[in-house]
Amino acid sequence: MAELPPYAKLLGVRLDHEHGQPLLVLPHASHLIGRPGFMHGGAIAGLLELAGFAAIRHALGGSDGPRIKPINVTVDYMRGGRLIETRAAARVTRLGRRVANVEAEAWQEDRGKLIATAKLNLMLDRG
Amino acid sequence: MVAVPRVAAYAQPMSDDFDPKTFLTRAPESHHSTRLGIGYRAHGRDWCELSLPYDPDLAADAESGVLSSGPIISLMDMAAGCAVFIRSGPKKPHATLDLRVDYLRPSKIGQEVIGRAECYRVTRRIAFVRGTAHDGDPDDPVAHIAGTFMYTDVD
Repeated sequence: MAELPPYAKLLGVRLDHEHGQPLLVLPHASHLIGRPGFMHGGAIAGLLELAGFAAIRHALGGSDGPRIKPINVTVDYMRGGRLIETRAAARVTRLGRRVANVEAEAWQEDRGKLIATAKLNLMLDRG
Repeated sequence: MVAVPRVAAYAQPMSDDFDPKTFLTRAPESHHSTRLGIGYRAHGRDWCELSLPYDPDLAADAESGVLSSGPIISLMDMAAGCAVFIRSGPKKPHATLDLRVDYLRPSKIGQEVIGRAECYRVTRRIAFVRGTAHDGDPDDPVAHIAGTFMYTDVD
């Protein structure tokens, strides 16, 4: 598994694993706040994207695979992110030669209550 | 959930006009936009333009230094939220419902990214936004966005 990028370190994201799949954990920190009492939507989107990238890298078998470039991302916000730990994981719905489709989810205390999801289309640059 | 506060202590409670410059300048240290260095540039009746300075700590990988997409979403969410406040007034709290970002190309390493969003339509419950981000030449954008915000004070 590749190291997390500088942006993940700025957010404070930790890479963990659950059932052999990457799980991203973002402990609460004051620099993640948006409107008073809630996490910033951009930080949640950033976490979802990082989860998407971790899932695709895992599916490709580590860091020596193709370069991954975002084509687009659509984020849906379901609940306000409270000022507690947030977790995110993603599923690769299709891994093609040139393009991968990934779906990421973020939740807090209860995995059944998602706070946001993202659909990512990623380009795989196999050189 | 949302980029910008409700009628926060550092918004402008005395006025019906939303001033994004004051809003951004007075954002507390703890606000995510402050951590990213997001600043005010310009605004009009239904739009707002903000800037995201280049910072290697925001890179998608340490070697190339190319900016992550996450900070660009934060920038555009923030610009779009401000555009909604400008159009609807600071007393109409809202939350981001969805946001789509198309990454047209990577931004140039070392370049500030400028994000401009417009609130082009409002209904009783929903505000519709669109916008672009560029790194110097508005005719050569790095990203396009489209999204919706939901007013949180409407049944």
